Amino acid sequence: MDFNLFLLAGVDGLSYASLLFLISLGLTLICGVFGVINVAHGSLYAFGGYSAATLLTWMAPHSPSTWIMVASLFVSAAVVGGLLGVFLERGLLRHFRDRDPVLQLLVTFAAFMVLEDLQRMIWGATPVNAADLAGRMGTSDLVGVTFMNYQLMFVPGVALTAYAALQFLLRHSIAGRQIVAVIHNREVATALGINAARVGTLTFALGGALGALGGALSIPMTTFVPGLGAEMIVTSFAVIATAGLGQITGALLAAVLIGLARAMAVYTLPELEVVMPYLIMVLVLLFRPHGFFSATAARRI
Amino acid sequence: MNALTRMLGLGSVLLALSMSSVAQTRPAEIKLGMSTFMTGSASVLGAPAKVAADMWIEEFNAAGGVDGVKLKPTWIDEGQGAEKFLSEYRRLAQEPGEKMMLSAISSGYCNALAPVAEDLKVINILWECSTEKVLEERRYKYVFRTGPNGTMEMVAAVLHLLRTKPDFKTLAVVNQDYAWGRDSWEIFRNTLLALKPDVKIVAELFPKFGAPDFSTEVTRLQALRPDVVLSTAWGGDLDTFLRQASQRGLLKNSQFVLPLADSSLERLGDAVPPGVIVGFVGDGYFADPDFKADPETSAFVQKFKQRTGAYPNFAVYHMIQALKAATGAYKKALAQNKGKWPTTDELASTLRTLEYRGLSRPIRMREDGQALQGQLYGVTRKDPSQSFPVVGALSFYPAQIVAAPVGQKSAEWVKTLKPELLKSAEIQRVGN
Repeated sequence: MDFNLFLLAGVDGLSYASLLFLISLGLTLICGVFGVINVAHGSLYAFGGYSAATLLTWMAPHSPSTWIMVASLFVSAAVVGGLLGVFLERGLLRHFRDRDPVLQLLVTFAAFMVLEDLQRMIWGATPVNAADLAGRMGTSDLVGVTFMNYQLMFVPGVALTAYAALQFLLRHSIAGRQIVAVIHNREVATALGINAARVGTLTFALGGALGALGGALSIPMTTFVPGLGAEMIVTSFAVIATAGLGQITGALLAAVLIGLARAMAVYTLPELEVVMPYLIMVLVLLFRPHGFFSATAARRI
Repeated sequence: MNALTRMLGLGSVLLALSMSSVAQTRPAEIKLGMSTFMTGSASVLGAPAKVAADMWIEEFNAAGGVDGVKLKPTWIDEGQGAEKFLSEYRRLAQEPGEKMMLSAISSGYCNALAPVAEDLKVINILWECSTEKVLEERRYKYVFRTGPNGTMEMVAAVLHLLRTKPDFKTLAVVNQDYAWGRDSWEIFRNTLLALKPDVKIVAELFPKFGAPDFSTEVTRLQALRPDVVLSTAWGGDLDTFLRQASQRGLLKNSQFVLPLADSSLERLGDAVPPGVIVGFVGDGYFADPDFKADPETSAFVQKFKQRTGAYPNFAVYHMIQALKAATGAYKKALAQNKGKWPTTDELASTLRTLEYRGLSRPIRMREDGQALQGQLYGVTRKDPSQSFPVVGALSFYPAQIVAAPVGQKSAEWVKTLKPELLKSAEIQRVGN
């Protein structure tokens, strides 16, 4: 039984961690380039989920194939998240570029509140869900317990692919290497002829799309209600703080650690489930004040 | 100095005179200070209730109001945090003129605002919050609850479970981690252990309020295989939990008991299989066979469905009950006063003995300000006329057998319950 318990908790933890990782990924990327925590990321998550639900519900009567539905999740996340990201950067954050980081943080918080109201105007207060897709992928049995294939394989698969793709992009493409250069030192990167403003927009589009993808992938499993964006963003803060701001591999590690710890807590000490992410964060920060990985000391937050 | 004292004295006499005359002449309008969740996850309950209230008040005013005096609602959003809520509440409660407060959904706010209303001598109707503690721990003169409390809801849930499925050995609970999730479980557990002491409680899970994912809880329940799973969750949390549990086949192995699921059934569709025990937090159900032919109820349900696209949930029924109790008290007090407008104290004492009806069975107010409203419970089944499960095998549990008597604390009272209660002749079958 003990081994089974570890196995089950491990599976649960990993599937939760993959979703958490996807959301933290966009947040940590933006944080790296701008040195600011984008609170509005929670809205990108919510918009991604809600718009995917609308799309799936709209498609349902035409009985599309599973792969078309999956593709529509990605397309809606890329379009909605990307556009919102660009809009946030161009329309808002760019104008506060050289201001106090605290002010920039407040600006993203204001954007978050505006978007939250906008989302209520569009989708209302009724809980929204699109469970059909997860049901179609079927279930698997593992030591007598039924799991959804969607949660067991699909979401972790997407998370790992996103991680690999982003690593590849940052290391081997020109745009990616420009992002890395700007993360490292904005002034020097600009002096070397990199258009930092364009890189900023690109990062925001990419980060926004990743946040929205997190939402789109959750909609078949969870229920979206007003206020969910804030819930998700707080846990992802814990992830990126544990990881070290701007660290992608760190975010993966931190998400897995927090996911596993949370699942183990539900099995052994359910009372601790809620505080688990923060306990991990405190423990890690006690020994490594800049998180698992910290690149440069010249961080603004 | 002397002149100043005289003037002050005269002033206060004049002021007292003017105030007493305000209380007795007919006001231009009755200000209703109403609160509900318009934002945040609890707006799942709050938003429909607000639509229902506005709809009802509009009709009530069009029909002449309280003897010609119209209702004028002002809304407070409970989603904006406790401090802001309480300061807005105070502001509304201190406005001059004829007024009554209908507040709140959150049990936390109800605990906080009851002493405030009492101090300000303003009648407050706790229209939605379920916490039994607020009226049990202190006697109020101006605070009333026009709907059921948590004790009635949970005792009836245990009774219905034991009458539907008497032979079970293990039970697990998955409640939201906040006051209601914890308090309701305490009452449920103590009631269950009093009526069936041999039940083993195999897991007590309290996921975070608003948790986006319950898969770990579902996995654990699948490994434990409890005979019965209880959840008093509601709104998005309940939707997510039930969807994930149902997709993974948990509902096939365990009997689910969901006292607040009435508000989720319509959204969940096929995710809820037949055979799940469902409650109504009172007895308001759009498909209640006893009220199919009732003109007022069916007209309201139809109009509400047209306006919002959904059937009324329990918060809607509670809102209408509160409004009908408030206006009913005015009308009764006016009749007793032979047409003279009642003072707040007269109104409060009328409300204390009021008998009224929302959109379901008659309700009676008790001397401690708690309404006696019976509970409806049933079991889901498929119905070809709806795309979501309907609730059949309905039983009605009258309030007098499931409510702690006046002056007794629920937590202690439920421990004294005896298994004979299950055979009470007062429990009624509803429909076929």
